[in-house]
Amino acid sequence: MTISYQLKRADFIFKNENDWEDVLNKSISCSATELINELISSELKGRGGAGFPTGLKWKLAAEVDEPTKYVICNADEGEPGTFKDREILTMVPFKVLTAMAVCGYVIGAKDGYIYLRGEYLFLLPELNKAIREFEYYCDEIKLDFRIHIFMGSGAYICGEETALIESMEGKRGEPRNKPPFPSNSGYMNKPTVINNVETLAHTYTIFKYGAKRFYDLGVQYSRGSKLFSVSGDTPKPGIYELELGMSLADFVEEFGDGDTKAVQVGGASGFLVPRKRFAETAIGFQGKLTGISLPTGGSMMLFNSSRSMFNVLDNYLEFFREESCGQCTPCRVGCQQLLMGIKAVKRGEKNARYLDKLLRLTETMKLTAKCGLGQSVANSFSSIVENFREEMIY
Amino acid sequence: MAKKIKLSINGIFVTVEPGTTILDAARQAGVIIPTLCYHKDLCIAGNCRVCVVEIAGQKRLAAACATPCEEEMEIFTNSLNVLNSRKQIIELLLSEHNADCTSCFKNGSCELQKLASDYKILKQDFIRLVLFMNYSIDKYSPSIIKDDSKCIRCQRCVRTCAELQGINALTVAYKGDEMKITTFFEKPINNVVCSTCGQCINHCPTGALVEKNYIEKVWDAISDKTKHVVVQTAPAVRIGLGEELGFGPGARVTGKMVAALKRLGFDAVMDTDFTADLTIMEEGTELLSRLKSVLVDNNPECKLPMLTSCSPGWIKYIEHLFPEYLDHLSTCKSPQQMFGVLAKTYYAKARNLDPETIVSVSVMPCTAKKFEANRPEMHDSGYRDVDYVLTTRELAIMIKQAGLDFQKLEDMHFDRLMGESTGAGVIFGATGGVMEAALRTVYELVTGRDVPFENLDIVPVRGMEGVREITVKIENPLEEWAFLDGIELKCAVAHGLINAQKIMESIRSGETGYHFVEVMACPGGCLGGGGQPIPTSPEIRRKRAEAIYAEDAAMALRKSHQNPEIIKIYKDFLDYPMSEKSHRLLHTHYLARERY
Repeated sequence: MTISYQLKRADFIFKNENDWEDVLNKSISCSATELINELISSELKGRGGAGFPTGLKWKLAAEVDEPTKYVICNADEGEPGTFKDREILTMVPFKVLTAMAVCGYVIGAKDGYIYLRGEYLFLLPELNKAIREFEYYCDEIKLDFRIHIFMGSGAYICGEETALIESMEGKRGEPRNKPPFPSNSGYMNKPTVINNVETLAHTYTIFKYGAKRFYDLGVQYSRGSKLFSVSGDTPKPGIYELELGMSLADFVEEFGDGDTKAVQVGGASGFLVPRKRFAETAIGFQGKLTGISLPTGGSMMLFNSSRSMFNVLDNYLEFFREESCGQCTPCRVGCQQLLMGIKAVKRGEKNARYLDKLLRLTETMKLTAKCGLGQSVANSFSSIVENFREEMIY
Repeated sequence: MAKKIKLSINGIFVTVEPGTTILDAARQAGVIIPTLCYHKDLCIAGNCRVCVVEIAGQKRLAAACATPCEEEMEIFTNSLNVLNSRKQIIELLLSEHNADCTSCFKNGSCELQKLASDYKILKQDFIRLVLFMNYSIDKYSPSIIKDDSKCIRCQRCVRTCAELQGINALTVAYKGDEMKITTFFEKPINNVVCSTCGQCINHCPTGALVEKNYIEKVWDAISDKTKHVVVQTAPAVRIGLGEELGFGPGARVTGKMVAALKRLGFDAVMDTDFTADLTIMEEGTELLSRLKSVLVDNNPECKLPMLTSCSPGWIKYIEHLFPEYLDHLSTCKSPQQMFGVLAKTYYAKARNLDPETIVSVSVMPCTAKKFEANRPEMHDSGYRDVDYVLTTRELAIMIKQAGLDFQKLEDMHFDRLMGESTGAGVIFGATGGVMEAALRTVYELVTGRDVPFENLDIVPVRGMEGVREITVKIENPLEEWAFLDGIELKCAVAHGLINAQKIMESIRSGETGYHFVEVMACPGGCLGGGGQPIPTSPEIRRKRAEAIYAEDAAMALRKSHQNPEIIKIYKDFLDYPMSEKSHRLLHTHYLARERY
């Protein structure tokens, strides 16, 4: 099946309209229910990669009867190949701050936290300046909301929302058992909304222009636009805002170097798509009509024919072996086995059929790992090994 | 009341209370789900993933221990998906585990080994990761050996140390493939804030944490004809040992234990309960002299509340964490050390033996006792007072090695001189026991009457509540103790070091007004000690406590000062409680240790 949707550019996120005070005032003049309904009808899904409906997330937290709640902006942008949140916080921080305050207003939270990736320390001075200005304005309009920054320490796992919360509470960054989910019991066991930086920036667009403007972009199940971090073998690396639902063939047409062998969609925890599948692959959330559809936090890595897929996989597995929190068996031991396994096959110490055992192992990891990290190692592993098996062996 | 939840497990319908986990619901339905990181004493971790089950309609498997039941859930605990995943997880664990089972101390009692056996993982072709690991084996503690090559990172020890003991000697460090359980700055266990209580050993599913065993040393001593080997057994051993030898929890095997020790070839089998009674005489007298010193003489040097000093894990804990309260500790040595010093003095003299030739062995429910026996202070006999300390588990191993059919052994009695005891000595093995024994004697000493509780059972100090308080009013005392008339003696009991911390913090706040406080390092007291049979659980500890109190109730004598051998030792050797001699032999002082 060929995807007919074309690549379309959009320009919302980085358009600096300098009207955040108006958007804030307009939003908090609406009722919480109105705002939630607006979000729900926009069909905005989380832009961190997992794609949970944002409106529903806010609604769940708003419904809990509890005086203390929190809003957290997840700026622990750690997925290899993504660099969009950094740009949002640099270029349009007030959109994110405004969205956090609106979220606080909707769910009933007085404190918001930005969990900032350890490596983004250099953003801190400007961001603090913006927060001071923002809080000054909140005081002026008598909106009781404060924003704090919490610096991460460099662990990939802390992008997982419950590990992030544990880390904020001063504990080891290890994912929690779910349920309960953060919307019921999050930071300090209080109801908490955790949204990705980009998700919050999109809510700003929705509150400003209305849900319909957002909904009209993209395709069914994958509404709206999205930032893509394009890197790898491309003549024009960078950040692009595109409508969801485009075909990968179109994407490669635009960004490829003419020799694109494969594209890794969604970073190390995403899928590798080989050239022969470009035409039948869409970028967006899984739905009935879209054929093969790949969600992504926005990382798009292009590889041309000079690249060894073994090296690519080896690199990802190295990353996972190190960045697994080490808590649960399938992820901690599984990642080590996968990495050492493909090396052993490459060296001829294990025969090629051992790859099938490893593929079964990734199935187990997908079924049993405690959090998204361990569950998604299977994505890149199986998509690379299945499509480039000979490169793994010879 | 919240509505009950109906669900089905493997097609069996069950109704459970809201909040019940799938694991507990399955047990209710008679379905066994294997576990590793789960332990009844501890919070839920959900990290080993061995207990995964399939829930109809869900893409992924769920950890049964960590997932609450929901209405109309359909759960499958042995679908092909579950079985294959579970087998692969066990295989993964085995690949990072040093599965050299035949040379492992836990061979036969290892939970991972049992799982491997149940699931018959016959083709293990994953790469043996343990061969590539940079692991260490910490053997420097006299109590605990930590072998990282056998660790499966279930974090039971970490949770034990944090939740039951509040110490956090063991924590998780690093991430990914380097993630491991270690200590502060990865120092040897012996050099960090560790009480050596051994609860981590009791909760470890594999051989990663075991006691340092002295079995071979004891066999050597027994077979050495030039040595006279004396053994003492702690109160809690007699109600725990049976569990290792085919009895259920709470079996009282005192007579068989004595018979077994004699068959093993010990030259004299005597009882720590005797020195427990002696401890009461000394400690009770010390309490009264402290009360007098504070209440009558207003001596600012003398501190109340007096804290008990029988539990060496507690001693090491207070040395590290509350050193400013060391002068609140009773100066009495623990019953083990009193026995040790008397074995090489009083006993040696009475039996006309050269103390040089005496080897003093103790069987304890405890790993901290190994540390205690090793303390430099414990040489008051002129020799090392206690040479070797065995845990209950090690004794069971020796009994098996000797080929004794334990169940068929005829009951025997302890040897004379230091083998007689009272019910008061026995209950030292349960939390609240020292308090109860002390009150029985002190009250009678002061008033000339029995402590005012039916059958001498001071029920308020018994039980498993973390901290318990009791107030005993002293009325119409004997003339000598007139200053105590009308005084309400405020006492408290704590067990498990997390509760010790609570009680110490409330003492520090200055609001308690306690006179006398008993602390035991382990949950349930010695009966739940780090050297007791594995497994342990609140239910098992309750059964052991029942056995202790049954043992007490069955004794003819139930007050320490009635023990004829106690009367004899004061007459022949020690003169009177807190005499110069007993000060020299039976009392000691402890030292402040670093907090980090």
